[in-house]
Formats: sequence, structure tokens, C-alpha cells
Amino acid sequence: MGLDIRLPIGGMFFIVGLLLTIYGVATSGDPAYQKSLSIDINLWWGLVMVIFGVIFLGFGIRGASKIKHGTEDSPEGQAIEAREHEASLEV
Amino acid sequence: MIRAANLAWIDYAIMLIYFVFVLGIGYGLRRFMKTSTDFFLSGRSIPAWITGLAFISANLGAQEVIGMGASGAKYGILTAHFYWVGAIPAMVFVGLFMMPFYYGSRARSVPEYLKLRFDEKTRAVNAVSFAVMTVFSSGISMYAMGKLFKLLLGWDFSFSIWVSAIIVLAYIFLGGLTSAIYNEVLQFFLIVFGFLPLVLLGLRSVGGWDGLRDRLMAVSTGRGLEPAALTSSWTFMGHAGSNPIGVDWFTLVAGLGFVLSFGYWCTDFLVVQRAMAADSMTAARRTPLIAAFPKMFFPFLVILPGMIALAAGAGVYNKTAGQKGVQSGSVAAVQVAQVDKSGGPPASAQPPRAEGQGIIPPKEDAVTGKAEVDSNGRPVLDYDLATPMMLVHYFPAGLLGLGLTALLASFMSGMAGNVTAFNTVWTYDLYQSYMRKGASDQHYLWMGRVATIFGIGLSVAAAYVAASFNNIMDLLQLVFAFVNAPLFATFALGMFWKRSTGHGAFTGLISGTLAAAVHHGLTLPQGAVAGVKGGYFGVLTTYPSELAQTFWTAIFAWTTCFIVTIIVSSLTRPRPDDQLKGLVYSLTDKPREGDIPWYKRPVVMAVAVLILTVILNLVFS
Repeated sequence: MGLDIRLPIGGMFFIVGLLLTIYGVATSGDPAYQKSLSIDINLWWGLVMVIFGVIFLGFGIRGASKIKHGTEDSPEGQAIEAREHEASLEV
Repeated sequence: MIRAANLAWIDYAIMLIYFVFVLGIGYGLRRFMKTSTDFFLSGRSIPAWITGLAFISANLGAQEVIGMGASGAKYGILTAHFYWVGAIPAMVFVGLFMMPFYYGSRARSVPEYLKLRFDEKTRAVNAVSFAVMTVFSSGISMYAMGKLFKLLLGWDFSFSIWVSAIIVLAYIFLGGLTSAIYNEVLQFFLIVFGFLPLVLLGLRSVGGWDGLRDRLMAVSTGRGLEPAALTSSWTFMGHAGSNPIGVDWFTLVAGLGFVLSFGYWCTDFLVVQRAMAADSMTAARRTPLIAAFPKMFFPFLVILPGMIALAAGAGVYNKTAGQKGVQSGSVAAVQVAQVDKSGGPPASAQPPRAEGQGIIPPKEDAVTGKAEVDSNGRPVLDYDLATPMMLVHYFPAGLLGLGLTALLASFMSGMAGNVTAFNTVWTYDLYQSYMRKGASDQHYLWMGRVATIFGIGLSVAAAYVAASFNNIMDLLQLVFAFVNAPLFATFALGMFWKRSTGHGAFTGLISGTLAAAVHHGLTLPQGAVAGVKGGYFGVLTTYPSELAQTFWTAIFAWTTCFIVTIIVSSLTRPRPDDQLKGLVYSLTDKPREGDIPWYKRPVVMAVAVLILTVILNLVFS
């Protein structure tokens, strides 16, 4: 419905992931990481989230361009649209 | 008092980003909400993978995340029965066999299906009880959340409640069910990404699954059970006394796996509404099946933190010596000590720990502030804090913000699920049916928005009631349990026996609920005193545990409803067959799947789900 949910999900994970990654680099070696068994968990988990975000953004953008160059651009598509319009089946 | 975690700027920043996105989704969807169908049913236009994830996310409220962690600490891996026995089979059933009637009948809600299949009074009783229940359960979880954030972070109770209530209100008001569903998908991923590192770090610190098992042996023997009792899901189910949940296998399968599980997953509009929003019949049927895949792995995400919390402080059971008790001199125990030293504040700042309590703090008496002790003088643990303490224990600033945001997300998704189900049932089944028939669609759309506001308002009020009168909430939840227990008998007979009648369904529901109350009133769990725990009509039987009592109450309610519905139906006039087309199994065309690729067919997915579930049960038996 109108909005492709993959874009906001991808966007949020990308931004939060990036923030965590940068924070992880900046605080690397901080004694606070003793909590997470001396692993710079912000850095690593931030990177995982960035990758996940990019994948979702990729799918979302591909999906959006598919729709944009979809039905209306071809004569067959226009015919289908017209039929749907007549039968009031449009979504 | 428990130490409050202090948040850094980055933790607040992550929460803020989450709030912006959640509200942004609602804002982005506002212009698509043109009709009441858009608002209440997402215009039946959502793809299956989205409704599928929303299906479990709406159920994944804070009570589930916190509660399953608590049960993990109490019952160990046996908590997984709530998923592998108590959810998956019912989810498969609703997808394969019931969705054709919910979706195919074009009913807009579960109570409306009852109206189409049976009659007005059956719908009314279901709609009213459901509407009241959603408001109160959302209030109860709001209360739990407010209390938790106060304890953990020192946030003001009213502040947490109002901020989350207003955010949920805003995004549902703007974008209706679509907004709730989209945000549930976002929340689903956030919960996974917030809790997965917790499980990974936790397992690493206790030496993986094997290490966890070894440590929990000591805890288990400390409770007078077999060493492996907390880490085997089936081995000790032969007898109620030999496993931590105090239930034997038959009670578990019949009470939880059949009556309660099917009663929830197959009839609760909160989850069914997600599937009804799907864009086709196949998508609706696939919704619970898609949901089942992540659902079966959720035990590792939400139960393991509780188990690890229990193990994090435990010594290791000495297998070679065969002694029961804690071998504090063993190598593993020394490792535990090191982990404790490196993680969290210095040990001296914490109260001395009893063996077998891990990092779970004892329960404090609400009045005196002193630690509660049981009849043996051992501290009663506040199991609800198991998962939150894990977050504070393992997560540094940054990831802590993510984990707490995940907790907030779980809370909001559960609340949004309740609110969207409430506004739909209110508007279609109560307002349109009994107060104002035949108004314009725009009027009902407006009513839906108004219902969203007062639904949330009532939930907030319920949260405050819960905060001041805890017993009232216990009582209410008990009543809800009585009302819910017989439901599946009514739906099963309605969908699969065309002879069942409205009078039969109605009397069946009422007598089932009464049977639940009578059974509960005549029984008690071991060691409990008569009162809210049961026995208020005198005690006929004692059950080994509260869970066993709950399961048997459900079994009695279901059986009573089933029998009474059949008897009364046989005595009353059935509806003619042509009125029941699309509502009853034998009078409905089977859904066609010829043009769907084989791997997308509901039946194939259902078989895959069941095989995987059996494998998981065998691996962790």
C-alpha cells in the first residue's frame, strides 16, 4: 500500500548501524567493553546492522524502480490498466 | 533497590531514531487511509511476508519477551513447549483449515464471522469480552513496562506510559492497521537485532550450550530435580513431579497444545486480523505459516537469556563425583568468577548471591522493600527481571540503547496489536451493529480514529488501576482465561459441523466459561491458599502446579462447551445449507492452488514447519 516498508526498515537499520559502528570505533578499547567479554560489540554489531540495512534498501529501491517502469510504460500494460479501470478493479 | 543503569547519549539517540521512523511510517501512510476498509483491514492489500511477520510481532509484546525470559529462568528449556507445542501446531491449523473461512467469508472481524455463522448474540458476547480484554491486556503490559523502566533506568512511571501511548496513538491514528502492521515488521527486526547479540554474548560467557547445560545442572539439583531437568524438554515429562513446570505430558499436550493454543492462535482477532489484511486467500493462508518459521526459533531469542541469567552465577555440577551440589572449586566456577569480575560493577557493590540465582535479583516486598523469602528461607527471585538484568549485564553503552529500544519496540507492537483489534471490533461489531447502523463509510472511518483515542485512553487508565490495585488485575486475567478457554470448541464446531446452531454456540460458550470458573473454584495448586488461586468453592483436588491447574481448567471448559454445543444444537433448528456456504468446511469449495509454485503452497509450507518443529523437539528432548 503506497509505501514500501523495506525502505524505512533498511534506512533505520543503516542509520543505527552506522551510528553504532562509528561509536564503536571511537570508543575502541574502552573499559566499558569488559561487559561484552572484551569484544567491541558496538563496532561489530553495527556493521552487521549496516549490511542488513543496505540489503533491505537495495530490495526496496529495486522494487520501487520495477513498479515505476511497470505496467503503464508498455502498450499491453496500458491496455490492462484500461480494462481494470473499466471493471473498477483498480487498487 | 536495584542499581539503575545510566544511559549515554548514544542510547538516547538510538531510541530517538526509532521513534522518528515509527512516526514517519504512520505519517507516510496517512494519505492512503481513504475508506474504513483501508483503516481497519489495510484494504486487504498486504503481501504475505509482511502480514506473516506482523502476525508474530503483534503477539510478541513486552509480556512475551520479559515473561518468556522469566519462564526460561524458572522452567529452563521446557519453556520452549509454549512455542513448539503451544503455538506451532495451532498456527499451522489456522493457516491450512480456518483461514479459508475467515478470509473467504469476507467477515471483517472474528466476532463478525460468528455473526455470519451463528447469530447476533454469539457475536455480541464475543465482541464485548474481546473489546474489554484488549483494553485491559494493553493496560497491564503498559503497567509492566512503566514499572520496569522505573526500576531499570529510574524513569518516571507516568513518563514512560504517556510517551509510548502517545507514539502508538499517533501512528495508528494516522495510518490505521497498515501503520500498525508495517511498524510491527520494523519492530520484529529490531527485537531480533536487539536480543540476538545478548544471546550470543551470554552463551559465549557461559561456554556455549554445553556450558549452559553443565551450569544449570547444579541449579537443577539445588531445586531437588534431576541434573538435566532444566535442559531437557521431554525427558522428564512422564511425571509432573520430576520436571520444573510441574505438568505431565498429557496435561501439556491436551491443555496447552490443544485447548489453550488453538483457542488463542485460531480465534484471537489480534492475530487473525493480520492475516485478514493479506492481499489474497493464499497470502492469508500463508500468513501464519510464514510466521511459524521465525516463531519456532524464538525460544533461542527470548528463553535463552533467562536461562543464561540463571546460569551466569552458578557453579558446575560435578559429574564424575556424582555429588549433588555446587563444586565451587572447579575450574568452571573460577571462570564464572572471572566473568563476574570483568562484567558489570565490582562484585562488592552487589548484594551477596544465593546459589542458583545467577544474576537475577531477589523479589522485594513492595511495602517494606526487604527481600522476600520462601518457607525454606531462600530468597524468592524476581524472575521478571532476568532478561532486563541480562541487558544491563552484557551490553555496553550503544548496544544497551539498542537492546532497550528493542524492549520498547516489543512493548509498542503488542500495544498496537491490541489497539487495532480493539478499534475494529468496537467500530464494526459494537458501534455499527448496535449503536449506529447504516451511517456513511466516512463516519465509520472517523469512529475508528475516535476509538483509537479512547481505546488508548482506557488502556492508560487500566495501567494506573493495575499500579494501585494489583489484585484486581489478577482477578481480571483470571476471568479472561475463563472466557477464552472454551472458544476453540465453538469455532471448531462452527467451521467443521454444519449442524451446529447459534443457540448451541451461545449456550456452549456460556456454560464453558462457567465450567472453567467452577473447576478453578474447586481446585488448588499445591501449597496455595484458597482465594485468587482457586479453591473458593472448597477444594476437591490439588494439582502439582499452577500451570497444571490452568491447563486442566481449560480442558474442562473446552469439553463442557463442546458437549453442550452439540446437545443444544441437536435440539434446535439448523440453518439451511445455502446460508452456510463459505462458512462451513463441507459446504465450501476447497481453495485452488493450481497456479501457485509448489514451494509457495500452504500445504507444502505446513509440512516443512511441522518437520522442523519435530526436529527441534528431538534435538532438545
